[in-house]
Amino acid sequence: MGTLTIVRMDEREFLEYVQSGGQVETADWMPDDYRAKLIKFIEMHGNSELMGVLPEREWILRAPTLQRKLALTAKVQDEVGHSQLIYRVVEDLGKPREQCLADLIFGRSKFHNVFHYPTKTWGDVGVIAWLVDAAAIISQKALLKCSYAPYARIMKKICWEESFHILHGRDVVLTMMNGTDEQRELVQEAVTRWWGPLMQFHGNPIPKDDDPMYVWRIKSQGNEEARQQFLDGYVPQIWELGLTVPDPKLRKRDDGVWEYTEPDWDELKHVVTGHGPKTQERLEFRREFLEQEAWVRSVVLAEAA
Amino acid sequence: MIFEVFRQEKKGTAFAHAGSVDAPDMTFAAAFAHEQYGRRQESEALWVVPRDTVHEVRDFHDELHKTYHRVDGYPLKEKLRLARERAGTTRDS
Repeated sequence: MGTLTIVRMDEREFLEYVQSGGQVETADWMPDDYRAKLIKFIEMHGNSELMGVLPEREWILRAPTLQRKLALTAKVQDEVGHSQLIYRVVEDLGKPREQCLADLIFGRSKFHNVFHYPTKTWGDVGVIAWLVDAAAIISQKALLKCSYAPYARIMKKICWEESFHILHGRDVVLTMMNGTDEQRELVQEAVTRWWGPLMQFHGNPIPKDDDPMYVWRIKSQGNEEARQQFLDGYVPQIWELGLTVPDPKLRKRDDGVWEYTEPDWDELKHVVTGHGPKTQERLEFRREFLEQEAWVRSVVLAEAA
Repeated sequence: MIFEVFRQEKKGTAFAHAGSVDAPDMTFAAAFAHEQYGRRQESEALWVVPRDTVHEVRDFHDELHKTYHRVDGYPLKEKLRLARERAGTTRDS
């Protein structure tokens, strides 16, 4: 492996190449800025998969039935598997996994806003698997066309597995909505709690041509485009269950565009820079486990050597 | 160590590259590949190969334009038209 195929182009030629749909492989020449942006973006995705299991993990022991416990465990395994696949892509771009983990636990890199919040009830577990995963799959589907081919390829498997998670979440939510008033209330409370973070999830509505991730065709859609797709796909599904969304301004205009109250961008910034309600606790948990299991790694590596 | 994983989706089909796993040795690599690429019965079989044993070959040039060993080297339409004309079997279409 390691044959150079895209021989050195200048940066402008490379930009034209990716903007016209060209794809790049690991061994190809690429501008330093492109490589740096790829690492930052993909690493953040890997971090999010790894941190994203913590809010759900808290509910494995409290799941209401054995079937739910197994399904939730399987979802957690899927997400950790995604983080392994994604960190592999980052490693091949030049940043070792150990360094990704160190940067994560010491707060030097970021993970998605939605994983900084508490999971208060079983209703949250359903709403996370349904709506948070739905928002995530919209971003991830847009990565199937990523200019960096190794990332685009693993996204196929990731999207396939995420589709199970949405079904699992919907099943949890529908079961509760068919249950007692108390259960229905738990779902409504969770939707209300998660709405703000969900609306912030796809990021502020900068024009896509100003978004370096779009310019390099790492992403294939702009932030607002993704949010509109989320609203269009999921608000009707929320409403048809008799649930309400805590935004009096939310409506679909005649031209098909959704109007909504401006999401709280200050909260988004505050949360992803390490100040979310659960950020420090969850990072501490990761630090503890990395330390606690260091002996396993050293034994395994010594045995293999 | 990095191991490349190839998976066969159904019996009788070709193995295709699926991704890679990071493992200390083949035993772990096989176990990781099994979990990562087969736990939903989505694979018939896997090949797990140390990355440094894969030798990539590229650069396929055709300076001599050897069209005679490709199907696009045989444009028969015009010749067939002429042949039919001579034989008096031209079809109306």
